[in-house]
Amino acid sequence: MRRRVVITGLGVVSGYGVGVGPFWRGLAEGRSTIRPIERFDASGFASKHAAEVPDFSGKDHMPRHYRKAVKVMARDSELAVAAAASGVQDAGLVTRAAEEGEPTYPGRRVGCQIGAGLIAADVNELAGAMVTSAGDSGEMSWRRWGAVAESGGDGAMNNLPPLWLLKYLPNMLACHVTIIHGCEGPSNTILAGEAAGLLSIGEGSRIIERNDADATLSGGIESKLNLTSFIRLHLAGLLAPSAPDDSPSVAPYDQDSPGTFAGEGGAVIVLEERGSASARGASPYAELLGFGAGQETVGLGSLGEPTPEEGVGGAYAAAIRAALADASCDADEIDAIVPGALGHAESDARELAALRRVFADRLGQIPIIATPPLAGACAAGASGLQIAAGALALRDQRLPAHLLLGGDRKGLTPESAREARLSRVLVCVCSTAGQCVAAVLAFAG
Amino acid sequence: MRRRVVITGMGWVTPLGASIEGAWARLLASESAIGPLTRFPGETFATNFAAEVRDFDLADHAEGAALRFGAGGCLSTGFAVAAAAQAVEQSGLGRRDGSRADGAPPPHRVGVYLGAGEGSPDYPSLDHTHMRTWDAQARATDAPAWARAAAQHMAHAREFEQEPHATLARVAGAFGAQGPSLNCMTACAAGVQAIGEAAEIIARGDADAMLAGGAHSMIHPLGMTGFIRLTAMSTRRDTPQTAARPFDRTRDGFVMGEGAGVVVLESLEHAERRGAEPLAEIAGYGSSADAFRITDMHPEGAGPADAMERALRQAGITPAEPGPDNRPPVDYICAHGTGTKENDSIETTAIKRLFGPQASRIPVSSIKSMMGHLIQAAGAVELIACVQAIRTGWLPPTINVREPDPACDLDVIPNTARDLRDKGGVGTCLTNSFGFGGQNDSVLVRRT
Repeated sequence: MRRRVVITGLGVVSGYGVGVGPFWRGLAEGRSTIRPIERFDASGFASKHAAEVPDFSGKDHMPRHYRKAVKVMARDSELAVAAAASGVQDAGLVTRAAEEGEPTYPGRRVGCQIGAGLIAADVNELAGAMVTSAGDSGEMSWRRWGAVAESGGDGAMNNLPPLWLLKYLPNMLACHVTIIHGCEGPSNTILAGEAAGLLSIGEGSRIIERNDADATLSGGIESKLNLTSFIRLHLAGLLAPSAPDDSPSVAPYDQDSPGTFAGEGGAVIVLEERGSASARGASPYAELLGFGAGQETVGLGSLGEPTPEEGVGGAYAAAIRAALADASCDADEIDAIVPGALGHAESDARELAALRRVFADRLGQIPIIATPPLAGACAAGASGLQIAAGALALRDQRLPAHLLLGGDRKGLTPESAREARLSRVLVCVCSTAGQCVAAVLAFAG
Repeated sequence: MRRRVVITGMGWVTPLGASIEGAWARLLASESAIGPLTRFPGETFATNFAAEVRDFDLADHAEGAALRFGAGGCLSTGFAVAAAAQAVEQSGLGRRDGSRADGAPPPHRVGVYLGAGEGSPDYPSLDHTHMRTWDAQARATDAPAWARAAAQHMAHAREFEQEPHATLARVAGAFGAQGPSLNCMTACAAGVQAIGEAAEIIARGDADAMLAGGAHSMIHPLGMTGFIRLTAMSTRRDTPQTAARPFDRTRDGFVMGEGAGVVVLESLEHAERRGAEPLAEIAGYGSSADAFRITDMHPEGAGPADAMERALRQAGITPAEPGPDNRPPVDYICAHGTGTKENDSIETTAIKRLFGPQASRIPVSSIKSMMGHLIQAAGAVELIACVQAIRTGWLPPTINVREPDPACDLDVIPNTARDLRDKGGVGTCLTNSFGFGGQNDSVLVRRT
């Protein structure tokens, strides 16, 4: 008998702030959080707007005794800790972080999978140390960087804090969360671009299904809003240019889209075995019914080998079909789709090809919930936001502001929020490096 | 119904050589691959030595499409594709040019699960960005100047190829794998975790075959810097060849290595159907978190013991009781054994905690004493060493054990490989990997 997995808590951190309430209200209204960047001086970049988590400090979202750890946390870790705290509270779970009460589950029965991105070393911190090793030429000297004086080192590396490396290990998001909440079960950190969050949620659900845990904190979180990560998005051709006084918008599935806008955040979601959740009286948002994954063969920039046109979207479609089969569900039964909808022409063309393969002519009638136009492109956090949106729609039997795909590629029709009978929702995403993943969520009654 | 999962191919790119047979012979001969750094001028670094992969050429391992996919990536991508090419060729599922052999599953039933690490930074661009845009008066980087310099001097490919999911995409592309594709970054535990989770994907039926393993190189200035600042590495600058001393009382840290280990996993059913010879079975996998501190392991070793226990339970092994014919419960433990003060004594505590009176009967060694710590690749390379132990009946030693540490009172196979061929060979091996932040992963490998 297959153990069933339900979503009982949503910990969302997004341009709407911390918490599921503001996120869902914002999506319902179709209100964009893409604004002029405040986290750093973006005037030297072509793209000057992003969806930043406003007024955020990780310290506000962790137990008092843990606050000193903030100095070894990158922004990604702070966001993850806040998302996890919010998700645990939303689920009504008691964990080690609570000031009183027995934890809902023994630590060994709680896992943690948080998809992440590479975390770039802070430029100020690294540059500040590097310049102290500069020779007369102004160039970096590794000899002076080293600290063995008798070999000629000045020890410039000692200007970096001792725990410098730990701040930037991607598994630190999950590690801080496991420490704060006492999750001693299976733990993982998946990196797969935009697919990381949903792959992590899929792995968490499998861990519960195979009885290695009864609950997991699973999701994806990332912030690209630092100099190094932000320039990488530019170099990849993902970002649209903007002027300081623009009110930019993102047009998913538009072949002429100039690009997308960056965002930060994501979601950490509480998954529980259905029987355990119902025994404690939790009311699930949705059931995680099926899951599938694949890899598109992509023409990686330096490879110079574009994928044959007929092959585009094939593996992504197979991943969606695998999720449908795992859910014992027909494509006809899908009532809404929450896709990647990045707003980047190449990614969107691949996604559209995959969706057309699976849904054929019916695609134009299925409501599409697109988060990047509102919450920005959140990289590893993107699919966390997507699954949160899908789960909320199922629980409330309500579509937020959404889109309908017309016959031609520019025929997007914006639709306002409305009540809807929703039984099955597909959440899917494909990373810019071709990792693709799909999940089927079901109304949990 | 849970499907059984076997290994049908293996590949190694290690500091002791880029072939299974060659590197295995050198491990059994107690050779050290550790020497002075040659990649960059690091002589003033507190640790100025490492176990480097020398004379590596991807073209020795891959050709055609596989070579083209592997050649455009960072160093560890090349390692990964080379190891994968060896594994694919041995499995008979494909060829070194990336083409599919008869009897291979369709592309969407073949997945990839790697624990690939990040590539090295583009150092020349840092001179233009970080060095030239520092505002000495403000004691801060001039962000707009940095952005303009970066747009001019940084290149998309060089940045993108640092991302581990670029390695993942290249390995998948090289061998036409379109099934589930994941990369984990759980520090030093990643390689074995990737194989453990990949086995679960096959066991559940979500794929018929997976390429799984790890690849990493941190032998570059900032990679070495990170661990030097953490004081995690040995500083025996005068005697690098004996610097890696796991389980020795005088150990003072690990020695950096690099490389890749990749296996082909397959459902037993699929392997049998096409007449492939399984090399060994993945009989158990366990993962746990210390949930203690980001810097330190829990002194009682409960998390590592839990990961080992989960792996043994899945394999139906009771740790504190003798195995059949009064053998030890497992024939060998390939230890995480980094050679740091903390790891080796806590790993010993964890093994004793779990196996009780049986612990002293189990041979335990650390091949990191010879090839250094391959970080995200370590666990995968060590799992392959377990398969080699099963196939050959030999156990690799822990070298540089001169003063056994009473806090590591295990049978650590000191200095000389052990021949078990006359003693029934090697039937079961447990491999351990523990990562910063309290990640613990163990896999039990069994003779088929």
